[in-house]
Amino acid sequence: MFRLGLRTFIEGWPVYRQLTGTDPLGRGAAAQSARSAGLTARTETADSMARSVCPYCAVGCGQRVFVSDGQVTQIEGDPDSPISRGRLCPKGSASKSLVTSPLRQTKVRYRRPYSTEWEDLELDVALDMIADRVLAARDETWEDVDDAGRPLNRTLGISSLGGATLDNEENYLIKKLFTAMGALQIENQARI
Amino acid sequence: MPDANSLYGPLDPAPDAGWVEAGPRVGFFTDTSVCIGCKACEVACKEWNDVPASGFDLLGMSYDNTGALTANSWRHVAFIEQPRPAGHRTPPFDGNPTGAAVSPATAAVAAGVGNDTGTDPGVPPGEPRAAARMAAGPEFLGLPGAQPPGRGTGAESRTDFRWLMMSDVCKHCTHAACLDVCPTGSLFRTEFGTVVVQEDICNGCGYCISACPYGVIDQRKGDGRAWKCTLCYDRLGAGMTPACAQACPTESIQFGPLDELRERAAQRVTTLHERGVPEARLYGHDPTDGVGGDGAFFLLLDEPEVFGLPPDPLVTTRDLPKMWKRAGLAALAMAAAAVAAFVGGSS
Amino acid sequence: MAEAHPVGFQWVMEAKKRGAKVFHVDPRFTRTSALADTYLPIRAGTDIALLGGVVRYILDNELDFREYVLAYTNAATIVSEQFADTEDLDGLFSGYNPETGSYDQTSWQYEGHGNHTRARGTGKERETAAGLEHESHGAPVAAETHRDETLRHPRCVYQILKRHFARYTPEMVERVCGIPQEKFLELARAWTENSGRERTGVLVYSVGWTQHSVGVQYIRTGAIIQTLLGNIGRPGGGILALRGHASIQGSTDIPTLFNLLPGYLPMPHHAEHPTFARWVDSIRHPGQKGFWGNSRAFAVSLLKAYWGDAATPENDFCYGYLPRMTGDHGTYQQVLNMIDGHVKGYFLLGQNPAVGSAHGKAQRLGMANLDWLVVRDLFMIESATFWKNSPEIATGEIVPEECRTEVFFLPAASHVEKEGTFTQTQRLLQWREKALDPPGDCRSELWFFYHLGRVLREKLAASTKPRDRALLDLAWDYPTHGEYAEPSAEAVLKEINGYEVATGRPLGGFAEAKDDGSTAIGCWIYSGVYADGVNQAARRKPGHEQSWVAPEWGWAWPANRRTLYNRASADPQGRPWSERKKYVWWDAEKGEWTGYDVPDFEKTKPPTFRPADDASGPEALAGDDPFVMQGDGKAWLYAPRGVLDGPLPTHYEPAESPMRNPMYGQQANPTRKVYDHPVNRMNPSPPEEHSDVFPYVFTVSRLTEHHTAGGMSRTVRPLAELQPEMFVEVSPELAAQVGLAHLGWAHLVSGRAVIEARVLVTDRLTPLRVDGRVIHQLWLPYHFGTEGLVTGDSANDLFGITLDPNVLIQESKVGTCDVRPGRRPTGPALLDLVAEYQRRAGMTADRRVPIVTTDAAGGDAAGNTDERSAEAARDGGGDA
Repeated sequence: MFRLGLRTFIEGWPVYRQLTGTDPLGRGAAAQSARSAGLTARTETADSMARSVCPYCAVGCGQRVFVSDGQVTQIEGDPDSPISRGRLCPKGSASKSLVTSPLRQTKVRYRRPYSTEWEDLELDVALDMIADRVLAARDETWEDVDDAGRPLNRTLGISSLGGATLDNEENYLIKKLFTAMGALQIENQARI
Repeated sequence: MPDANSLYGPLDPAPDAGWVEAGPRVGFFTDTSVCIGCKACEVACKEWNDVPASGFDLLGMSYDNTGALTANSWRHVAFIEQPRPAGHRTPPFDGNPTGAAVSPATAAVAAGVGNDTGTDPGVPPGEPRAAARMAAGPEFLGLPGAQPPGRGTGAESRTDFRWLMMSDVCKHCTHAACLDVCPTGSLFRTEFGTVVVQEDICNGCGYCISACPYGVIDQRKGDGRAWKCTLCYDRLGAGMTPACAQACPTESIQFGPLDELRERAAQRVTTLHERGVPEARLYGHDPTDGVGGDGAFFLLLDEPEVFGLPPDPLVTTRDLPKMWKRAGLAALAMAAAAVAAFVGGSS
Repeated sequence: MAEAHPVGFQWVMEAKKRGAKVFHVDPRFTRTSALADTYLPIRAGTDIALLGGVVRYILDNELDFREYVLAYTNAATIVSEQFADTEDLDGLFSGYNPETGSYDQTSWQYEGHGNHTRARGTGKERETAAGLEHESHGAPVAAETHRDETLRHPRCVYQILKRHFARYTPEMVERVCGIPQEKFLELARAWTENSGRERTGVLVYSVGWTQHSVGVQYIRTGAIIQTLLGNIGRPGGGILALRGHASIQGSTDIPTLFNLLPGYLPMPHHAEHPTFARWVDSIRHPGQKGFWGNSRAFAVSLLKAYWGDAATPENDFCYGYLPRMTGDHGTYQQVLNMIDGHVKGYFLLGQNPAVGSAHGKAQRLGMANLDWLVVRDLFMIESATFWKNSPEIATGEIVPEECRTEVFFLPAASHVEKEGTFTQTQRLLQWREKALDPPGDCRSELWFFYHLGRVLREKLAASTKPRDRALLDLAWDYPTHGEYAEPSAEAVLKEINGYEVATGRPLGGFAEAKDDGSTAIGCWIYSGVYADGVNQAARRKPGHEQSWVAPEWGWAWPANRRTLYNRASADPQGRPWSERKKYVWWDAEKGEWTGYDVPDFEKTKPPTFRPADDASGPEALAGDDPFVMQGDGKAWLYAPRGVLDGPLPTHYEPAESPMRNPMYGQQANPTRKVYDHPVNRMNPSPPEEHSDVFPYVFTVSRLTEHHTAGGMSRTVRPLAELQPEMFVEVSPELAAQVGLAHLGWAHLVSGRAVIEARVLVTDRLTPLRVDGRVIHQLWLPYHFGTEGLVTGDSANDLFGITLDPNVLIQESKVGTCDVRPGRRPTGPALLDLVAEYQRRAGMTADRRVPIVTTDAAGGDAAGNTDERSAEAARDGGGDA
């Protein structure tokens, strides 16, 4: 307040504005606070906007994802989309809360056999341990040929379920890698 | 000078509140005949306005687990299950071996369920008889729980059924009593003709709560301040559509200049009447009603009471002009003295 | 649709605004029903009877779009005289083999085709869900057929259809479905009146149709109606699957499925496909019409994409590296194998089977019996915490200190933290831009699998084992970028699109595929998505700046075509059926097909074109054969091959039903996949005794406010608070009968589990009068589990495992149960309650569920199944 000139202060005072301005009852222009006067939509001031697609059902509604200071600040419908015309259902509308949920896990968790608790694990260590286990399971359950000597080239010791929420590119690599590993048992929600 | 209708009667409220270059008044037209009850409006509102949680309570009021408009729910979708004809549709349960309707009974049971929304007064347990009337079936006269719901005569009586959904919101009245009684100037009329609580001004006095003829506004516990729909004041400033209207999948919530919306709404009523839905009617559209018309008005398929809306809302400050006559001069004198004191004090 | 796909429902509302009539058929009155013009409550599991009634109504009143039907369907095609219908065999078709519980389809063939097709049973096809291969094309059949254009021949498809559906009368619909006749007729009238030259009608379904032991036949019946009415390949027509996951269509096209390779190429079977040539021929079927004839090029190009330089003509492009199927390796078989200790490791990638799959207990017991489990998800889901927080912990069936499964939880990147394409429900690929980096250890699947592959290859670098060659020779050199070495999704998309091996030039479409190894294509049906080196899926020309077809928004497979078989939108001469329903037509002046969409036809092949007698593949298609992926170029009213449970749909009762089948002696689908496993006891259904122990029908589905198994909604506050608790919806009549109070508790018992829920007594559910009795139905949401902000018992725990024979999808939209007031017991007492019900229902360990229940062919009492069905098969003349 001290930085304001006196005149500014008085002119900013609602009663003064009320008495001298167009709003004698002090219910509108005169009552507007400095915060209100300075308000703007945070989407206007976002650092970036990415054009995305809703992650829930398969209608494929367009989303605009606004980011400020490395945080998602708003996700809303993309009016350009001929599919959704800017609209979203409650789930799509909750996408910001989905990606910023405090319940979201951001650290690798590890449960040792017979343990009753989670423990921490480094991501690269986890990746390496998983690779070892894949190779071990594969070796342990590998089938070269069937009873008649026909090739099988496979393991039935490894299973996988998931993919319907993933990108095509991701599913492509999953299928390619599993097929090369001889791991036949990949499935996803399309079977369910 | 204030308009003769500043406190009652038809009025364009933004210019009256001193907005010299105000654009056309904007608002919501909520067409409940196309509402699918998805609650996208509730969520989109919460996401944009960072509205806190309103509690994890199963209320049993059909699919409504929000309960009411509160400081933590600025949009509220009401669900009304009624054993009544739904306009042009074929009775859903025609020919099925159904018995007596349960809707009033479940509404009565649900009315006894409170909901801790973290707000005050929030959603306290309701009055069973009033709630049962909301279901608008054959009058439910028993006490809730006195007999198992649906224990009827065994007659095949329940053929008609309809499920009404309605997204409620602050009405942004032309004559907003909340604003009129607000002693701090926190509640104010924006240049868009809407009514907004300014969170940096509100001191939590709570006068607005009892002033609101719709029971819309209440306080957030812990915080103490009053919170309600701002019609996304910040978005309007940027030329954007309010979050709820933008999300609404079926255009049940329409945003725009109020005049256009009123025209569109009248046409919609005509269309529905032509299509055999005589119960379609508007609510809050009339500039001559007790609040001078609402900035957020509705197309309803039943009496307003069914949705918990007052049939004849009246601005609680209608009689303020009379009081002004007596108190006005004194108030002005005091204010002038205050200014003089400031000016004098600085020299 | 309003419940589970609200934003899609805006288009229904648009249609309604223009005067369309909306019918909604559902066991319970939903948010969709609230906006429909007419709501038809139906007994869960009886849709074929309802739709069959519509077929009969069309045929009886000759309301089919005759010109369309004659020209574009197989209505006139004559069927083998060996074929015997369910009318003759009390619910079985000819060719049934009770030993395998499957059909030999020889007798179902078109006249004169018996010699072309080697007699074969279909047991293997069921085990490998071969029906899924037909998602992009029809089953193989020779191009040449005998036809009777007058439709009078007693063995033409039209007459067979008439006879088959003769008993699906309005009275029968009422008896089976509980839908009053008048209401059924209202539906039938509206549907037929709104189809034809000037009008089209659309059919929209979701997993309410697929999750049945006869799911594929549900959709077949819908397709028959739409074909008879001329509603396929035309604007405002079609039969549309509303899929429930952002890229579930994509995960079928580029399948993370055991029996498929990208683009619906079959995963090789050890006995059927011993050589590359046999495998390719099994796909392209030399001699048939249509574009599938080029499949050798698609197969070679896939292998080139997989194994790059190592794939050569000399080594059959590394065909030998592909793993081979020997039978059913589906997710439910896997789970039972886990329980039996055969599976060592399990990856869960954004999937929560502990809540989302049928028979939750089997799922969790399977997880508890692994060596290791990798869960990649955004949230700590039930499938990651089964060892510390699950119903089996409470009952003592899983003891943390005794459970050896090692669990890795790896946090995943969300949809805004990675780039890539989703394929939505109408085959449209849409590219997502990345908004920001994922937090902490969160990574995309692209990152995880690329680096897992990299590490595996490093660890095996020195290996000399033949089994490791497939990994070491794999083309796995994707460029990476950024701090986390994220692989380039765009590079992967380019490989999916395909490129010229020599130059790296992206292909413009699958027509450029070569079978000599000079092209590599990751998924041939997606070829064109990266045409001209441009990411076509990233196109975002605003909808309001282009035509209503919006061809410049994203990219649809195949060839950016938005409506398949759209040649059928024009008459045989190539003219639009009507001005109103104009879509794709022949421009005689320019000599090409044109219209609002990419024509689904060779661009310059005139309507008058007639193929040479010896033509095959695309050349064999006549100018008026719009169904270009079908072996005979026609839409199939009758399916001589490819559908394992019959050439025509037949009403069977669900695997668990309180009713005897009112239509046939055959109770349930005789070819359904059953698993005799101690954990999987099915509730008895008539003609078995004790079905009255589980007198109520229950069904499950989604709420608008939640998503699938709850992993992305029970964890999200603004959604969780909107539906905060598990509940069960019951009619007032059932509430009164059982003594349930609104907002009180109830528990539901099946032969597998007991779950509890709060009670919502609502008029939205109604008892039905079915075959002279009153049937009560209950409804539950299946979203709840033990983790997240809001928790509750899982509805899917109630189900057993029975699968559709064509695609191995489980019946989890209908089951039987008992319901009792109050909360369920906890701890071991809960197991005692299930055991008590099993005892009362005769669900002993040695009980076998009877599969064949008809004595049509002269057998004796119900129960002695083998002899009777053998008779039936013999009558049909096609015992395999």
